[in-house]
Amino acid sequence: MASAGEFAPGTSGKDAQSVASAGGLIVSSAPHIRGRDNIRRMMYDVAIALIPAGVASVYFFGLRSLAIILITIAGALGAEALIQKIIGRRITITDGSALVTAVLLAYNLPPTVPFWLPFVGALIAIGLGKMVYGGLGYNPFNPALVSRAVLLSAWPVLMTRWVSPFDAVTTATPLAALKMGGNLQAVKDLLHVGSDLSLYGRLFYGSIGGCLGETSALALLLGGGYLMYRRVITWHMPVTYMLTVMVMAVVLRQDPVFHLLAGGLILGAVYMATCPVTTPVTPRGRIYFGLGAGLLTILIRTFGSLPEGVMYSILLMNAATPLIDRYTRPRIYGRRAR
Amino acid sequence: MINKTFPQGIHLKYHKDATAGKPMGTAKPPAVAVLPLIQHIGVPCAPLVSVGDRVFMGQKIGDAEALITAPVHSSVSGKVLAIEPRPHIARREVLSVIIENDGEDELHQDITPHPAWENLDPAALISIIREGGIVGMGGAAFPTHVKLSPPPDRKIDTIIINGAECEDYLTTDHRLMVEHPDHVIGGIRILAYIFGNARVVIGIEENKPDAIAAIRSSAGADDGIDVVVLDTKYPQGGEKQMIKALLGREVPSGGLPSEAGVIVNNVATVSKVFELVTTGMPLIARGVTVTGPGVAVPGNLIARIGTSLENLIEECGGYTGEPAKIIAGGPMTGMSVYTPQVTVTKNTGGIVVMRGEDLRREEPVVCIRCARCVDVCPVYLMPVSLYHYSRSLNYDQAENEYGLFDCIECGCCSYVCPGRLPLMESIKHAKAEINDRRQKQRGR
Repeated sequence: MASAGEFAPGTSGKDAQSVASAGGLIVSSAPHIRGRDNIRRMMYDVAIALIPAGVASVYFFGLRSLAIILITIAGALGAEALIQKIIGRRITITDGSALVTAVLLAYNLPPTVPFWLPFVGALIAIGLGKMVYGGLGYNPFNPALVSRAVLLSAWPVLMTRWVSPFDAVTTATPLAALKMGGNLQAVKDLLHVGSDLSLYGRLFYGSIGGCLGETSALALLLGGGYLMYRRVITWHMPVTYMLTVMVMAVVLRQDPVFHLLAGGLILGAVYMATCPVTTPVTPRGRIYFGLGAGLLTILIRTFGSLPEGVMYSILLMNAATPLIDRYTRPRIYGRRAR
Repeated sequence: MINKTFPQGIHLKYHKDATAGKPMGTAKPPAVAVLPLIQHIGVPCAPLVSVGDRVFMGQKIGDAEALITAPVHSSVSGKVLAIEPRPHIARREVLSVIIENDGEDELHQDITPHPAWENLDPAALISIIREGGIVGMGGAAFPTHVKLSPPPDRKIDTIIINGAECEDYLTTDHRLMVEHPDHVIGGIRILAYIFGNARVVIGIEENKPDAIAAIRSSAGADDGIDVVVLDTKYPQGGEKQMIKALLGREVPSGGLPSEAGVIVNNVATVSKVFELVTTGMPLIARGVTVTGPGVAVPGNLIARIGTSLENLIEECGGYTGEPAKIIAGGPMTGMSVYTPQVTVTKNTGGIVVMRGEDLRREEPVVCIRCARCVDVCPVYLMPVSLYHYSRSLNYDQAENEYGLFDCIECGCCSYVCPGRLPLMESIKHAKAEINDRRQKQRGR
């Protein structure tokens, strides 16, 4: 107990820490009211925001997409429940986080994968990506991307078999066509389009080869708008990320609009770089994350041996997140900048 | 026109409609007044009366020989029944003077009005304010005479008057500005006189247009008084946020507003200064908003200090159901009391009653690092980091690198946390632990 001389009404000492019910009245520390948002609501908002891209994937690649999505969800929820049961924790599979991880993983798979692969992927995402670290909130890396990285190195062939929409004829992704052909003309030939504008149109609409949920910029941006409207995400991270890629594309004499719309940039920037758990908490840190991920993405795409760089960029920036947080602490009111 | 405000902060639901339009009534004086001898930040008072004494209304019954303290006065006339520890809003029990009200309201002989206060020098006015027991009525309860006596080397160029009333539910400052703008302006003139040529800025949130109009019209053509409309945002009424919003200045970390050339006083406090100087009556009554879903007929009442919360709730029609929580002050920073028998003190601006169904009591889940606490903190701390360091007992890190003691305990972080974590509670805990530790070291 502090001495009477140090007493300050309204600023409690330790007494207020205890939540007790004395004489029927609840005694607890301020604040006595709470906002409405909770984790579950945020997670289900993300799941809702991902619906348009799911609908687009079924439209372009058929019911196979839906099957892959459902298998991934079942695998993720099952894995989480099983692990929580084994380690004797409360089962929290209804909090929406495993659902979001599952859908994001499914959206990062080619539509041609055999049905056992999304199931294995879900086990890896939940087991290796999330639960080994202690579950929700403790994983340093985006679980869906951890899983995708494992799948890509374990089954590189299965993970890179692309088909064109509607007819399921084997094809290449636009980014792969660019990598192989060396210029945008190769992509136009692949998609049988003449002008830049009609190429952009195809990419925006999403009738191209690619992972389940990444092809339609339109569907992804719709969901992104919803997330901003619901204040689950702010524009800072996605816009910084995408702008960095576009600006660097110009610097590297590439087509900025193509780099924005092709591949997994929008899916990554709007839905995975905004994953709160694995990205910085400081305002400046989030900008740096976007800058770093953007820079890495365009460098991998341009100079790396892989056609696409979004996954590794985000994973690498995930790794840098604790460091970024540490060195971008905000200036405290009434103090000089650090 | 764009309103002024500070960066970050949160938007509350406000819940002011139940009482904002209701004129201030007068509560029944208590049959027995329980007057705690600590109602301020600082050294507690010692009783100046004995059991059995007859005391008068406005008589000083407690004081202390210390710089930072404020005397306590009797809010009724009558007989001292006891001097003993009684339940208190902010602590378990506090030595209190218990006076049986004889209903006469007989004034103490020392009460002297100073209608011609312009003839007094500033030091004399400050001494009147000290003897009148005036403290910050916005919630902090810091003795006003201390605030008005900054070190001589600090030049005060601006007096800020806080009419923000940013807390949920509370409406007494609002009603005061609407009903007695002349008292507020009168108090401001006294303060302006004490500080020579300092300019005056009054900040009022935009959700009180009638108060803004009343204060503007009462201030009239007085050039030294500026009425500024502020965004409705919590904690707009925090001293540091007010200074940032109105002047763009910051108070140095760990320092007082006077270090930024400013003093900040609440509208209720300056109005009380005016009443004290012009009528001689010390601080023995204050406005209290009695409200919340658990109160039948919410209202604003002038209550004598020492009236029990129970009596005021009774006067507002009693409870609507089983009360689960009774908050003295606003719900963001107020104290939940363990018995409604505690009494109104100088900084009790409201009583908010919640029933079980009105409380959102969700279990803490987990931190998902969403950064909302970082984005709302009005002093730009990282509550999430302070929480983790507090929980891992790494207090040094919290204090030295993450600004633990810069926290103003506004509660924004806990309010927004979607994981329902006790962020501010953990910060308060760490502060208390460090203070305890230091005290023990000093004692050795």
